[in-house]
Amino acid sequence: MTSVPVSPSLPSSPAPPRPLAVRTVALRKVFGELVAVAGLDLEIREGEVFGLLGPNGSGKTTTIRMLCGLLLPSAGDATVVGLDVRTEPEAIRRRIGYMSQRFGLYDDLTVAENLHFYGWVYGLRGAALTARSAEVLAELGLTEAAPQLAGTLSGGWKQRLALACAIAHRPAMLFLDEPTAGVDPASRRLFWRWIYALAKQGTTILVTTHYMDEAERCERLAFLSRGHLIALGTAAEVLRQFGQPTIEDVFIELQRRDEGAIV
Amino acid sequence: MSAGTIRAWTLWPMLWKEFAQLRRDRFTLAMMVGIPAIQLLLFGYAIQTEVRHIRTLVLDESKTPESRALIAVLTNTGDFDIVGSVASRVEIADQIGRGAAQAAVVIPPGFMADLRSGRTAQAQVIVDAADPLASGAAMSGAARAAAARAAQLGARAGAPPVPLEVRVRPWYNPGLRTAVYIVPGIIGVLLSMTMVMITSMAVVRERERGTLEQLIVTPIDKTALMLGKLIPFLVIGYVQMSLVLILGRILFDVPVRGSLLLLYGVTVAFIVANLGLGLLVSTVVTSQTQAMQLSFFFLMPNILLSGFMFPREAMPVPAQWFGDLLPLTYYLRILRGILLKGAGGAQLWPDGLALVGFAVILVALSVRRFSKTVD
Repeated sequence: MTSVPVSPSLPSSPAPPRPLAVRTVALRKVFGELVAVAGLDLEIREGEVFGLLGPNGSGKTTTIRMLCGLLLPSAGDATVVGLDVRTEPEAIRRRIGYMSQRFGLYDDLTVAENLHFYGWVYGLRGAALTARSAEVLAELGLTEAAPQLAGTLSGGWKQRLALACAIAHRPAMLFLDEPTAGVDPASRRLFWRWIYALAKQGTTILVTTHYMDEAERCERLAFLSRGHLIALGTAAEVLRQFGQPTIEDVFIELQRRDEGAIV
Repeated sequence: MSAGTIRAWTLWPMLWKEFAQLRRDRFTLAMMVGIPAIQLLLFGYAIQTEVRHIRTLVLDESKTPESRALIAVLTNTGDFDIVGSVASRVEIADQIGRGAAQAAVVIPPGFMADLRSGRTAQAQVIVDAADPLASGAAMSGAARAAAARAAQLGARAGAPPVPLEVRVRPWYNPGLRTAVYIVPGIIGVLLSMTMVMITSMAVVRERERGTLEQLIVTPIDKTALMLGKLIPFLVIGYVQMSLVLILGRILFDVPVRGSLLLLYGVTVAFIVANLGLGLLVSTVVTSQTQAMQLSFFFLMPNILLSGFMFPREAMPVPAQWFGDLLPLTYYLRILRGILLKGAGGAQLWPDGLALVGFAVILVALSVRRFSKTVD
């Protein structure tokens, strides 16, 4: 259970080190007997596209939920955009966007209404809200779908709307928990184009995924297994560490170890 | 949790969202209007605790004009339906035993002679007391009939009235019509049921669909979130109440003797208490089905112990204590007080205060329990 220290010279990051967007120290979450996250140390830099990988039940979602203030850590510390998750969760909420595994928007509101509501809740109002809504709708190609009820959208379009609602308030950091699960390849490709565009504008992205091509698109990856961080680095570094040809093989190797551990 | 600033303004987007959703929720809207109407008709027409048309046998041993006149008067009260004549008490016992009749009038052989001679003429009404409501109605009906007949005879003779003295003086509801008593109570029962159920289900629905999770990662204020859920239902509660009042007026002639303003004012506390209870339910249950079941579980003691259908005075003391724990018990006194007796704040303030207490405690409890985290 060794965690690889953050490599000092990341090929994808520019020379002057960017400030930290996320820092966790021995972050731990226990549900009764179950240790969901067993002392996680992570550092994510601003503007980074950071992938959190691991089999089901490895602690990815629990980690994201602690960072978003949806779950209180059992032990350890974490800061998000420089704010403490224990003492300043409300201030964190204003600066982050979140997309959960499940579509969490209102099926019985239209695309425009969902966006209007979320923009408003995040503090936009009046002309600024109207302008920003129109802008986000246009950016994500949702303008024509605006009057449609969200419940009638297909998977890919729901995901677009969820992204729109998560970024309307221009968050400093975006948490994406398996954002492309059940979405067709074309929509996924489009989705990642927006993710890169956001990162280029300085938004930090923390994304969990099961798709190998997506994992390879992240600047750095962290592999979780049974609540422990077992690999950290660029895709190439992780491959080297495990001696596997592809990320998918790393995955399968991990799963095999997990199952061995259970038996 | 955090000592951040209160973002009270987040109530506005929350309210906007709730009303936007409500507008599309045809089913809920239909229930809002449909449930009061159906309950009113159901309870108003079907629950008749005053029993009329009691199936009655006649054993006329007198067989005189006087005895036949008495039977006619009994029939005219509307309480008794003569379903047959019998020749003996054995037959009466048999028919009542089988349930073929609920009552019997026995007029003894000396009936006319007694009347003529000024002695107290006695006719007997035998009642199946297994049904206390029917027997009560039969007794009062018989008493009224006897008094009416005595008055007729007295007036005709111009003599001192026949020695029959019966006093039945029902207050507030001279016709002893149940609807007048029941309809105000329907407002209370209806609000209890729909408010608790709708609120708990609405919050649980957001949790089930995953929208609550998305909502609580936003900077929305916890209190604003809950108020945003509650306020639309407060409006719905008032719509329901007004509907029952109007329909009760049209269909059952239920009076409004006191101040409607006072009633609408006190109702805030009652509705909020029930909404608070609904929120509390939503923090305990995990699915809409559970929310529904728990709401119904709560409905039963409300109907049985609050005094809605059965007088609290007749209940055993522990049942009365239990009834004291129900907001509806207090609200019923207020409803009947204002609507039927024209009571005002001077008489009703203790009940109003109790409701405010319930509202404060229940909402405070539910806000405490409702955490902006998901575990």
